[in-house]
Amino acid sequence: MTAEIGQFALVLALLMALAQGVVPLIGVQRGWSSWVASAYTTVAGQFLFLFVAYVCLTYAFLTHDFSVAYVANHSNSNLPLMYRIAAVWGGHEGSLLLWALMLAGWSLAVSRFSGSLPQVMAGRTIAVMGLVSVGILSFTLFTSNPFEVLAVAPPDGRDLNPLLQDPGLILHPPALYMGYVGLAVPFAIAIAALLGGRLDAAWARWSRPWATAAWAWLFLGIALGSWWAYYTLGWGGWWFWDPVENASFMPWLAATALIHSLAATDKRGAFRTWTVLLAIVAFSLSLLGAFLVRSGVLTSVHAFATDPTRGTYILLLLSTVVGGSLALYAWRAPSVKGGAEFTAVSREGTLLANNVLLVVALAAVLLGTLYPLVMDALGLGKISVGPPYFDTVFVPLMLPLIFLTGLGPLMRWKRVAPGELTARLWHTLLAALVFAVLLPLLLQGSTTVMATLGLTMAFWLILAALRDIYAKVAHRQRRLAALRKLPASYWGMHVSHMGLAVLVIGITVLSVFESERDVRLGPGEQHELAGYTFVLESIEQRRGPNYDALEARVVVTRDGEPVTVLLPQRRTYWVQTMPMSNAAIHTTLRRDLFAALGEPLGGGAWSLRLYHNPLQVWLWIGSGMIILGGFIAVADRRYRLLSRRRERAADAASSDTTVPGRQEGVA
Amino acid sequence: MKRASLRYLLPLAGFMVIVGFLLVGLGLNPRLIPSPLIDRPVPVFTLPMLEDTTREVSQASLEGEVSLVNVWASWCVSCRQEHPVLMQLAHEHGIPIHGINYKDRRSDALEYLRHGGNPFRWNGHDLDGRVGIDWGVYGTPETFVVDRQGRIRYKHTGPISPRQAREELLPVIERLRGETT
Repeated sequence: MTAEIGQFALVLALLMALAQGVVPLIGVQRGWSSWVASAYTTVAGQFLFLFVAYVCLTYAFLTHDFSVAYVANHSNSNLPLMYRIAAVWGGHEGSLLLWALMLAGWSLAVSRFSGSLPQVMAGRTIAVMGLVSVGILSFTLFTSNPFEVLAVAPPDGRDLNPLLQDPGLILHPPALYMGYVGLAVPFAIAIAALLGGRLDAAWARWSRPWATAAWAWLFLGIALGSWWAYYTLGWGGWWFWDPVENASFMPWLAATALIHSLAATDKRGAFRTWTVLLAIVAFSLSLLGAFLVRSGVLTSVHAFATDPTRGTYILLLLSTVVGGSLALYAWRAPSVKGGAEFTAVSREGTLLANNVLLVVALAAVLLGTLYPLVMDALGLGKISVGPPYFDTVFVPLMLPLIFLTGLGPLMRWKRVAPGELTARLWHTLLAALVFAVLLPLLLQGSTTVMATLGLTMAFWLILAALRDIYAKVAHRQRRLAALRKLPASYWGMHVSHMGLAVLVIGITVLSVFESERDVRLGPGEQHELAGYTFVLESIEQRRGPNYDALEARVVVTRDGEPVTVLLPQRRTYWVQTMPMSNAAIHTTLRRDLFAALGEPLGGGAWSLRLYHNPLQVWLWIGSGMIILGGFIAVADRRYRLLSRRRERAADAASSDTTVPGRQEGVA
Repeated sequence: MKRASLRYLLPLAGFMVIVGFLLVGLGLNPRLIPSPLIDRPVPVFTLPMLEDTTREVSQASLEGEVSLVNVWASWCVSCRQEHPVLMQLAHEHGIPIHGINYKDRRSDALEYLRHGGNPFRWNGHDLDGRVGIDWGVYGTPETFVVDRQGRIRYKHTGPISPRQAREELLPVIERLRGETT
């Protein structure tokens, strides 16, 4: 019964989305205000029906309703409650439903917080999002229906993929989808601006918090995925340049370029057409990611069930959405007048260089991801592109990018005298170099050229940010009060930039100094790694809610002092009989100790993989700061003040431009 | 003015090229289209053995029994995911599995097998990927079922899940073992 209700709600949501996508556009065209205003109702309707559908699917999982094919394929009567709730997005169909629900949620948010926008612009934006919803929802209903019912319900389900039975995975996909789908907002705003021919600073300012929020969510998703790969795959790596990882990384790179380019458009009116293009590209890459993951064109760890009709449908959706918007861009962008002038050495110049580097990096990742496909399509042989390519291409691009990240905030808009800049900054760079040489020497007792380069850039970024903050308050009487007065978007920027520095320090030290060993240990035997002694004490049987496990007890000491006890497991899940390695990790600020249990080697001995990863946790701290900075920037009062000012102006005018009945929605 | 507007068409043109490739790629999808090698004899090859460089393996080493040929690499994440399934097929079901170690450093490959266990009877070390091309390898991992006469009878692209091993590969192997000719 729940399946039928869910199915029905899904159909109604599609109809609502259709109305949301079409009616306001006609209204704008004909100048019928009430038709435009209908967007606010239909978007709420779409969200409501999708919410009902989502609740129905969750209910089917909670009650073990195995007559629903999707539940039977992704759950089991022994599956713990937490994973039954998460299993809703554990497969292709359910994750699409979550996508659609989030898209409707973002659209609803846009409609509630659109007080600062002229009604025509808001109506167009919501309509464009409605059209995207139509695409996603019809895809769900016609090719991937989560509510398909089995004629004969099986006695028990086939269980959730054991790889996905993990707390990290409860959070990773929703965060990632929030980012993917969130990029639809700046996209829709850009399309609305192109349709109306209004590409001014107000458009950019209105786009900024949405783009930044989506960017932060996307990075949260990527970081959680990386963290999850680090501790569940049991191979110690945290980034594999897997096609699916690239699929999430590419829109993030585009979004990073977008939020910086938006800043220049907002403040100086610069790069308008470029910014619009980035907004389109960022969302297009989200859709491309969906295509790559779900069509089976590239093989990857994230093996979704693949199906030719699905691939064809997503490609059709991709061509319509992206092709249509790029055609609109080609038609409208030429009429946009050029922005304000600036010289090469200026804030705009740095932002432009930053954008170029990010886009080149993006193109390199795109090339590496699609290259096997292109070569195959041209009949030039079958190849695969691995981490060596990406590392070689990506790292050299990141070093100048980080340098510019530090430099940018110190620059003034429009024009800076180069001589003044070098005179002000050479000692900062020198100090960064000193720190960069000292840190690995103190930590590890040695260093390399690559480590020095990476660390110099990271410390440069930190010192430059601190200098900038100091310069902002140095001439004030009450410095603490002055610090508090600095706007949230300013703090957000520096928190994110310093997060990047912390991340780069972590990655650099880790990649140069990590040590790993595959060892053969019998009970009571020991192995030494990076000054730590690992003793395999025993191997024991354990029993989980839906798996059996072998657990090794590895006691770690250093100079005779106990450090920790690691308990890595090898699990065999009952239903899918898939052996899973569950690594054990001990984390401090200085290093991670990591042990994964391998295969029995006969004679009571086991293969164990041991890692000493210096500064590993800095990766997660840095990522956390980058995300936090994004959300701080979104909270800036400037964006809200703007909406309030506009609202008052609208109230004062209170003529045909305001729509009755929606003012109360604007907080 | 005309030239300036053409510049704005570039993104669209670039995108059309990408869509063209994706469309072709969809048709080439290795999971959907059976390998042209199906029912043909295994491509002729000679490779140094991974475990012992002084010895060589060739297509002749595959005749005589129904076996699996798995193309893998230590740098391939999906292979790591698939590895336990291969271990199970080899040790619990006694299926002979031969490996083609694809574009991999010998030391990395051997360490991979030392840690994860070795399900393979032997491995051919295909350092430059030439043999992989002859076999039509699109990406690792790929798994071929070879019959007694040394003909390829079935191909699986991507990591084998425990379910696929049970429901696809094992029945095919059973059927081929039952063939008399």
